[in-house]
Amino acid sequence: MSSLLSAPSALREDALRRLKREMWARAVKLGLRSWVGWRRGFTSKADPQRSGRVTAEVIEHLERLALVDFGSLEAVARLEKAIAFADRLRAVDTDGVEPMESVLEDRCLYLRSDNVVEGNCAEELLQNAHRVVEEYFVAPPGVND
Amino acid sequence: MAALMLRWSCLGKRWVLACIDGGSRHGRGAAIGLTSRRKRGQSSVAQQPLIAVQKSRKGEHEWAAVVGLEIHAQISSNSKLFSGSQVHFAAPPNSLVSFFDASLPGTLPVLNRRCVEAAVMTGLALNCRINKKSLFDRKHYFYADLPAGYQITQQRLPIAVNGSLAYSVSVGKKPSQVSTRTVRIKQIQLEQDSGKSLHDEPRSQTLIDLNRAGVGLLEVVLEPDMSCGEEAASAVRELQLILQALGTSQANMAEGQLRVDANISVHHPGEPLGVRTEVKNLNSARFLAKAIDFEIKRQIHELENGRKILNETRSFDDKLGCTMPMRDKEGKQDYRFMPEPNLPPLLLYDTASLPPGADPQQVINIDWIRERLPELPGKTREKLIQQYGMLPEHSFTLLNEVGLLEFFQNVIKETRAEPKKVTSWVLNIFLGFLKQQNLAVNESPVTPSALAELLNLLDRKAISSSAARQVFEELWQSKGKTPSQIVSEKKLELMQDQEALERVCHTVMEGHPQVVMDMKRGNPRAINKLIGLVRKATLSRADPTVIKEILERKLSS
Repeated sequence: MSSLLSAPSALREDALRRLKREMWARAVKLGLRSWVGWRRGFTSKADPQRSGRVTAEVIEHLERLALVDFGSLEAVARLEKAIAFADRLRAVDTDGVEPMESVLEDRCLYLRSDNVVEGNCAEELLQNAHRVVEEYFVAPPGVND
Repeated sequence: MAALMLRWSCLGKRWVLACIDGGSRHGRGAAIGLTSRRKRGQSSVAQQPLIAVQKSRKGEHEWAAVVGLEIHAQISSNSKLFSGSQVHFAAPPNSLVSFFDASLPGTLPVLNRRCVEAAVMTGLALNCRINKKSLFDRKHYFYADLPAGYQITQQRLPIAVNGSLAYSVSVGKKPSQVSTRTVRIKQIQLEQDSGKSLHDEPRSQTLIDLNRAGVGLLEVVLEPDMSCGEEAASAVRELQLILQALGTSQANMAEGQLRVDANISVHHPGEPLGVRTEVKNLNSARFLAKAIDFEIKRQIHELENGRKILNETRSFDDKLGCTMPMRDKEGKQDYRFMPEPNLPPLLLYDTASLPPGADPQQVINIDWIRERLPELPGKTREKLIQQYGMLPEHSFTLLNEVGLLEFFQNVIKETRAEPKKVTSWVLNIFLGFLKQQNLAVNESPVTPSALAELLNLLDRKAISSSAARQVFEELWQSKGKTPSQIVSEKKLELMQDQEALERVCHTVMEGHPQVVMDMKRGNPRAINKLIGLVRKATLSRADPTVIKEILERKLSS
């Protein structure tokens, strides 16, 4: 990739176009495979309760947890497709492989010294609020779980 | 291992139950064994567990209770855990809030070094293993005082694990009957505090103040090794003292710097553990033991009446003295834990593993911190016992009362009197006066110097001990006067003139020949009568022992 960046512009454009085409082809293949996989049902690695359908109970639970609105059957179907797509991960054998925690896991965690350098901006912060009572934010009732 | 330890605590509980049961048959059931030592603002009085009442009634096999605690201690630091806004108790609403605390987009957490040091110090003081690598996670739930919708905590790999906390609990009616128990510490983790919500019921709205949002907390999880409210309260008190000695938290429950949640269940010894309930809103040391004991009693009552215990969250209503279910928990909370993507793992080092040439500001050396740990309460008590020969329960009292140890040490510094005398005066007389008027040590009208001077007078035998009491009372009432002034004003000095005293004795003996005859015949009470007469004659200004000695001498001559 770095060699690409240092090449003359014409060559670069060519290479980029080729790369894009390859990526598209791969995506289509994957998409097709996943769609086919979804149609065919799931492999033995799936747990027994997964029939590809997400129950109404689970939808309610998710709506409460994540404050998302699954308004229609379409939305639920999209969710099921997304789960199926992610299930492809199970095809990879990860026995004995240490999971990565984050892409930052080799970085150094910066330690800040204990000094007061922020705050005192109540006015600014309260500007964002829909309703304010004497420098307090106001939350409507029923927002609390 | 866990089962074995449980049996031990069960056995311990059964032993305690047996002792109480004997007592309850004489008493009136509940609330037996209340001692009169009510500590201001501290853990509840030594109340025997109420389980005894249930046992004697049905004659069934007994119940054992299991109590685990989750304690949140606010870290004493200048700024918050992940942002540079100030940590302060009382301030105008939302004035100590940074953009990160308000969860504005584009802000990132930056870890405060002081909070990590506080966590390591606390872990070391509680005999934990410090994890050289620990991770941060997000715990998601929606609440108006949690602007981000998640709390950054350490669920997968906390900073310290597997420690222990030793505490002392009274096992009998006498203050000297104390036993040491240990509770295991499951883990200590760093996490963020949430903001404060004030419910405005009449207007159906909730007011949010984010000053507290983002303040660093140490969550200390105690394993369910405790079996009643008193044990839990003692463990919390000891943890409070340790945190205060370390300086990692001021651990003041009244100001919300120390909050406790209890997990309580009951079962028959030998059978598996019962369903547990969580009791939240235990923010006062006084109500901690009460709430836990109530919940234990409630669970036993429900089970004995054939009902089941729901795995729910309850809160303690201190006015009614009972636990009530909290409205909002239906089904288990799913926190959808995920790794905090903005924070790499926290790496700690020791002297052996310290990378050479590292920036000292950016690395934390566990060994360096261990070498500089302040003296812990257990050690302080040990030293008091060894240095001053005091009884263990006295050392506990000295440390338990805020400021009392310092007062005691100041008196010792300025007086020539024996430490045992000082201990006795400080713990009995001084503390007694404080308690009577419900004062804290720093509100005392008597200064350490004043008491030291008084004890010097007593030590020099310039005054008698009853005179000393009078002087103390006077000192308490009137400020500004020194003990010597009071002594001379009220003419309380002991007669130093030996000759004058002999003359008085002689006069008294002449005036009461019958009593002298009794004395000669060997009647022990006669001499006391004479001593009393001499004392009256000298207006109580003579030392009784000296009088006795003179009389006996005269008699034998």
